[in-house]
Amino acid sequence: MAVLVFADHDNASLKDSTHKTVTAALALSGDVDVLVAGKGAGDVAKAAAGIAGVRKVLHAESDALGQGLAEAIASLVTPLMAGYDALLTPATSLGKSFSPRVAAKLDVAQITEVVEVVDGSTFVRPIYAGNALETVKSSDAKKVITVRATNFKAAGEGGSAAIETIEAGPGPGKTTFVDQQIVKSARPELAAAKIVVSGGRAMGSAEEFQRVIEPLADKLGAAVGASRAAVDAGYAPNDYQVGQTGKVVAPELYVAIGISGAIQHLAGMKDSKVIVAINKDGDAPIFQVADLGLVADYKSAVPELMDALAAAGK
Amino acid sequence: MKVLVPVKRVIDYNVKVRVKADQTGVDLANVKMAMNPFCEIAVEEAVRQKEKGAVTEVVAVSIGPAQAQETLRTALAMGADRAILIQTDQDLEPLAVAKVLAAVIAEEAPGAVIMGKQAIDGDNNATGQMLSALLDWPQAAFASEIVLSADSAKVTREIDGGLQTVDVALPAVITADLRLNEPRYASLPNIMKAKKKPLDVKELSALGVDTAPRLTVVKVAEPPKRSGGVKVESAADIVSNLKTNGVI
Ligand SMILES: Cc1cc2nc3c(=O)[nH]c(=O)nc-3n(C[C@H](O)[C@H](O)[C@H](O)COP(=O)(O)OP(=O)(O)OC[C@H]3O[C@@H](n4cnc5c(N)ncnc54)[C@H](O)[C@@H]3O)c2cc1C
Repeated sequence: MAVLVFADHDNASLKDSTHKTVTAALALSGDVDVLVAGKGAGDVAKAAAGIAGVRKVLHAESDALGQGLAEAIASLVTPLMAGYDALLTPATSLGKSFSPRVAAKLDVAQITEVVEVVDGSTFVRPIYAGNALETVKSSDAKKVITVRATNFKAAGEGGSAAIETIEAGPGPGKTTFVDQQIVKSARPELAAAKIVVSGGRAMGSAEEFQRVIEPLADKLGAAVGASRAAVDAGYAPNDYQVGQTGKVVAPELYVAIGISGAIQHLAGMKDSKVIVAINKDGDAPIFQVADLGLVADYKSAVPELMDALAAAGK
Repeated sequence: MKVLVPVKRVIDYNVKVRVKADQTGVDLANVKMAMNPFCEIAVEEAVRQKEKGAVTEVVAVSIGPAQAQETLRTALAMGADRAILIQTDQDLEPLAVAKVLAAVIAEEAPGAVIMGKQAIDGDNNATGQMLSALLDWPQAAFASEIVLSADSAKVTREIDGGLQTVDVALPAVITADLRLNEPRYASLPNIMKAKKKPLDVKELSALGVDTAPRLTVVKVAEPPKRSGGVKVESAADIVSNLKTNGVI
């Protein structure tokens, strides 16, 4: 059995979710290749070659691959699958947009957000916003899987796989890239951060969100997240959304401020190691999962938290 | 332009889902069912596009049990013009759903498909992408804005790190994300009107599509419980606790 892992990157650097997906792949087979599809992604390919356990890196370059157009990626990956028994892709929005295309082209099931590899054809995945874990056994000859990276340990460094340049494939077809706005931030990336500070509807405005959440995140060296309500109201950008239909995070520490804890939000953060919640409503469901819950108005509690952190040398 | 909007009947998103004791699935008996929230957003979008004059007909289609007619009536009450139920008691996987939709599309020949990005039961986030691959149509997944013209659509998509805008030639499959719109509540007069709108029922078997499952559900289990529920008195308590446990 040979496995192809699709590398998660931004053309400049390789994301840790790739290392975690390699771990999931190594649970299936010792023959794991990594595909780096991008534009100007040479450094990414080199980094992928350094992941321990990787047999070979395939590297393809084109504008459409660099732009992350699903049709372009799927048309590159589908023929490659002639040489592989499984495709494993981190369950990012890019992964989720192209992986099912490949599955359909191969006439096999798409297995989404796998959290555990039981054996070569049996996988565990969350359903109903993580309120249930489903174990499925695939009867397909090839497995097409997206991996919830936070559930796997990162494969180490120290590999020295060969890098093979391959053709970019037929391109994006009838889809044209127009433009994109990527939120630039000096903070750690939400999906991979060790600490996440999230704000909810209680913030009431984008200014308040920035005034309250950002300094606390800075102090903790944390990434910033948000509830859907905060994103819908325009307090935070869309890619801050944590939850069933946003990003899934599992940091060492998750701090929820003015977030009620709806199941859709919990689905994205309840695997965090330690959960801190500040909410003025003592009955808010977030307290059921919080290790450290403080019933208080954030307006006084967050400054107190900042002071206490400063006193503790933070 | 005709737009096809697939809709799914699922457990209402407010219901606390319970896993069956025998681990064969989740308990659906006497549970409130509703239209999948992302499908609602898709219906709303198609109806708004019609109100703007960019669309001439909105056809809602569901694949499911007889009760999915209620879900289709909701779509009709929101403003869809007619509905099609492909009736089956089989629980179809996304690949099978995509194949059935492709068969419906072969007959209906819509200019675009607008559908939810994900159903909140299986959380697969796959059907739209699979459908577009089967049809060899372009896709625009996770849309937060759609501008339709005669032969293309300009779609803003929610992606990792921000937003991306693409132009897709029509026909195309577009999947709706949360921020595309806020679905309306159907008014009582519209609910009454919806009862008279056409709703065709076809048996799945009549379509001759291979819908055999590819996955066997071995078991459905409850996730490990978190031991939360601890409250502290002050912000200082939080910091001292985090320090003691080496978290910060
Ligand atoms: C299909 C679907 C998908 C969804 N996906 C997601 C998702 O991915 N992620 C997500 O987060 N949600 C998601 N939701 C939405 C979810 O159901 C909730 O509506 C949302 O999480 C609520 O956000 P919130 O907690 O910020 O707001 P609210 O529920 O309004 O909670 C605000 C909280 O702030 C507290 N508060 C108010 N003022 C103060 C104050 N001064 N000090 C301290 N506390 C205060 C209140 O007590 C309250 O608990 C989804 C919903 C649907 C239907």
